[in-house]
Amino acid sequence: MLIRRAPRFAASEITDPKLYLSRRELIAGAAAALVLSPGPGMAAAPAPTLQSLAAARNHAVSSSEAPTKFEAATTYNNFYEFGVNKDDPSRLGHTLRPRPWTVQIDGFVGKPKTFDIDELIRLFPLEERVYSLRCVEAWSMIIPWIGFPLASLLKRVEPTGQAKFVEFTTLLDPNQFPAQKPGFFGYSSLDWPYVEGLRLDEAMHPLTLLTVGMYGKVLPNQNGAPVRVVIPWKYGFKSAKSIVRIRLVSEQPKTAWEKAAPQEYGFYSNVNPAVSHPRWSQADERRIGEFRRRPTLPFNGYADQVASLYAGMDLKKYY
Amino acid sequence: MTRPARIALKAAVWLVCLAPLAWLGYRAWTDDLGANPISFITNTLGDWTLRILLASLAMTPLRIVFGLSWPITLRRLLGLFAFTYVCLHFAVWSVLDFFFDWPRMWADIVKRPYITLGMLALLSLIPLAATSTTGMIRRLGARNWTRLHRLAYVAAVCAVLHYLWLAKVGVKDPYWYAAALVLLLGIRGWDWSRRALRRRRARAEAAPPRACPQAENPLS
Repeated sequence: MLIRRAPRFAASEITDPKLYLSRRELIAGAAAALVLSPGPGMAAAPAPTLQSLAAARNHAVSSSEAPTKFEAATTYNNFYEFGVNKDDPSRLGHTLRPRPWTVQIDGFVGKPKTFDIDELIRLFPLEERVYSLRCVEAWSMIIPWIGFPLASLLKRVEPTGQAKFVEFTTLLDPNQFPAQKPGFFGYSSLDWPYVEGLRLDEAMHPLTLLTVGMYGKVLPNQNGAPVRVVIPWKYGFKSAKSIVRIRLVSEQPKTAWEKAAPQEYGFYSNVNPAVSHPRWSQADERRIGEFRRRPTLPFNGYADQVASLYAGMDLKKYY
Repeated sequence: MTRPARIALKAAVWLVCLAPLAWLGYRAWTDDLGANPISFITNTLGDWTLRILLASLAMTPLRIVFGLSWPITLRRLLGLFAFTYVCLHFAVWSVLDFFFDWPRMWADIVKRPYITLGMLALLSLIPLAATSTTGMIRRLGARNWTRLHRLAYVAAVCAVLHYLWLAKVGVKDPYWYAAALVLLLGIRGWDWSRRALRRRRARAEAAPPRACPQAENPLS
């Protein structure tokens, strides 16, 4: 028997997506115009397509070193969803559509919620933080990020007692991320989607930044638009990009790089000059834009703030 | 092959082998070496070392498969260009990358297998470059010289492994080089076993016929 139910809305009542999308753009634009005025700390000339994003600099946690050139920070990237070469993300990044975008927050939380990206950006006051970014490949940059502490967001959704870890998932969409399409013989560089994770106390640490912009503008696609996380005391690959889901879990998440090469990329991956990558030394690094190598600092220079998180742990074992 | 054709061919090899250096020079001049110029230069020189080294090893297979004799005349030139590129590759590593920090470099050479292999490849090319002149061939004798120059295989294997080992997950280029090397060595191996078989057969035909094995069988 076919049970026919009357539709709850008449088709004529449904708003045309084009209309509500353009309305969103209007609101976002108005909000941007309100909040934003050219502020301090905008190092580079704005690229024409990137919207400005103003935020006062948080000097207490900011590096006093000069930021890396915007040009370098946006053309020398590791973002495997676009390809394995450093220039792939900037060459192919246009395929990513950072709007409309939602971020689902669920798992062991009292108030699971899916946020629209424009709602998320306005949830907490944005601040600019100049952090050092140390890649596991022994190069580094100084980047003025814009965002707010991830802890603020996590507290808002009220993690339950079972929540021990936080798992970040990057968008899975081969149409937007060309390298997610399988290649020769079904070959794929990583097991998609990209998954990263932190211990809950690491995720709640005040330095962990939910990031929506850099250099006074919204995030460029190649840097993880529209929202990523930045954990400055860990190797760069821990800082998941283009996040669509943040899940609070009880077990340590299995991360994409752990699956690909567990002996090389551990769950913790704290910057540590004393623990070599199996194939190369982590004792020093090349700061992009500099000629000579410089010594790498324990926890990338953030030891005073974060070393206590790992008190009593054997960092050679938990690399 | 006529003399003008030989000269034209060698000129073409010179042009092709110098083009990457010119291109690097041009990009340096126009400040277009990217955000990490030292890494870019090192990688480009390494790539071309491998390409030219494999090209030099492709000359003999060209003769084996297509019966061409002229490629052999290019082998020495290609080998010397491969040596030039590996020296530049090493110079950039030791001067630009590590700025004469010999203890640090030595630590890497002994501790990091991919660097050990790279050094082995470089070292095994030095005697080949040193004995590349016609005078040295004469002094060593063709037999010894040929034996010594089998080091080219050692160099190529080490160089390909060097790249395979250093490349991160997802980088496919080293596998193409490895496949090319396997193909080139495979053709040589096939040719060598074919000739060995022919030699044995020739020997068997020349030798006097032996007693029939069945006669020794008590059951027959």
